[in-house]
Amino acid sequence: MFRRLLEPSRQVTIFVNGQALIAAVGDTVAAALLLTGNTRFRHTAKSNSPRGPYCGMGVCFDCLVTINGEPNRQACLALVQEGMEIMTGAAAPKLAAYKRA
Amino acid sequence: MNCDLLIIGAGPAGMAAAITARQAGISVVVADENPAVGGQVYRSVETGPLVQSDLLGADYSSGRELAEVFAASGAQHQSGTTVFMIERTQTHGFTIGLATSERARMVEARHVLIATGALERPCPIPGWTLPGVMTAGAAQTLLKSSAIAPEGPTILAGSGPLLSVLAAQYARAGVKLAAVLDTTPRGNWLKALPHLPGFLMSPYLLKGLKLLREVMSAHRIIRHVSALEAVGEGQLSGVSVVASGRTFMIPATTLLLHQGVVPQVNLAMASGVAHVWSEARLAFEPALAPDGETTVPGLFIAGDSAGIGGAQAAQARGLLAGLAILDRIDPATRASRQTQRSRAEASLARSLRGRAFLDALYRPAPQFRMPADDVIICRCEDVTAGDVRRLIARGTQGPNQMKAFTRAGMGPCQGRSCGLTLTELFAKQTGRSPQQVGHLRLRAPVKPITVGQMAGLADAEQRD
Ligand code: FES
Repeated sequence: MFRRLLEPSRQVTIFVNGQALIAAVGDTVAAALLLTGNTRFRHTAKSNSPRGPYCGMGVCFDCLVTINGEPNRQACLALVQEGMEIMTGAAAPKLAAYKRA
Repeated sequence: MNCDLLIIGAGPAGMAAAITARQAGISVVVADENPAVGGQVYRSVETGPLVQSDLLGADYSSGRELAEVFAASGAQHQSGTTVFMIERTQTHGFTIGLATSERARMVEARHVLIATGALERPCPIPGWTLPGVMTAGAAQTLLKSSAIAPEGPTILAGSGPLLSVLAAQYARAGVKLAAVLDTTPRGNWLKALPHLPGFLMSPYLLKGLKLLREVMSAHRIIRHVSALEAVGEGQLSGVSVVASGRTFMIPATTLLLHQGVVPQVNLAMASGVAHVWSEARLAFEPALAPDGETTVPGLFIAGDSAGIGGAQAAQARGLLAGLAILDRIDPATRASRQTQRSRAEASLARSLRGRAFLDALYRPAPQFRMPADDVIICRCEDVTAGDVRRLIARGTQGPNQMKAFTRAGMGPCQGRSCGLTLTELFAKQTGRSPQQVGHLRLRAPVKPITVGQMAGLADAEQRD
């Protein structure tokens, strides 16, 4: 569970699993979700266990969510934007989703 | 978008190098994954909600000036940009693969500086994959970028300077932790003792004492913690602790783990840079010339990815690398940079003083690096330490073969969360040194590239 120490000066509205939510300009998607009490961002492929942000800096890939229809985005690296649509709880990224260069 | 110098990472090292290189007027591009400059240490230092407050401390505020000079330097900053490959070209330059969330593209640069900093050492304890468990660094990032702090019973556990820094920042913010669990092994003090003189002369001493006072007056500290387990059903509900031989449970909704930081090696290793195991720091570090050049000519590394030294050392190393690159481009004017060079060298020596003491004191205990058999070590593919040990016992040759057998290191994080653990498990069980075992072999792309981004790359190539 997390809370804000300061009232945000500029706000945006985002949609998390269809529900409208106020976030602050400058929040990462991970921050905005954690503030709502949501720590379960996705499920793993192998054991279907829930995962949430761990490293907060783009290393672990446990914060993957779908942003504006695009799956497997790292929520800790993406900033919220007005009208952004975020879906959590997706199954893990199958490696097939990634093409190797 | 071709340039003379491409820098990866806009933290203290990357910014200092860019500023230095721009003084001579060469073209500089700085690619960084994050939304804004600062790296992790100066995260959100320009526009974060807490930049005007003294909550984050004077060290943090000092990053502001650097960010201002960088912004005025004329270096081109590409935020939200991941570098997924670096390849040497036949004309002694480099081709670099950049990706944003929309598209990937290739650029050419004469010189490349990797300044990707550090990442937190893996903390494989039972239950570390439960939602509600995150690193201390992740929590500090939330604080710096959004002024967000944990609410509800929160435990900070592990060892290392960041533990006290974060606990003190929370204290200043009026956030009371349920407990600070210190896993620093008792015996480390004795081993650190020979390095004490350097530490006594370093800036860390006073800072450390002040932090400790702040932390002790605000939070309950439990020392000599020898085992930790995150407990919960699909969500953290408590932490089981063994301290000074007693076992007990503390309820918690958030557990913040930390066992120090290690250099980010993925990009450098995938680019062919030779690395050496440091037994003092229990990590792989790039083999570097004094000016920061790697074993790949023209490719430099500075900052914590060159070896952990903290923000001041990173800035000095960035400056030195910037100067060295200017020397390559214009050897005739090398002497004109001597004063700057000497000053940066002195600053680097100063900021590394006391480091050996910290390395010895905060050396993580073996059980926090090589956990029991039932503990997951590869977060991406749910591989346990036991899976790995069984396969080593059956003759698996090394981390690469292990990857083929178990998929450990094959997931999207590409071994960032398990690479060190794998190397150490092999070394321990087979009696080889971590250097002999080596690290998982890393290849480009060092971050997954999506089909959409690839399509962007193909489009760009057709246009060229
Ligand atoms: S929290 Fe680790 S990648 Fe986002």
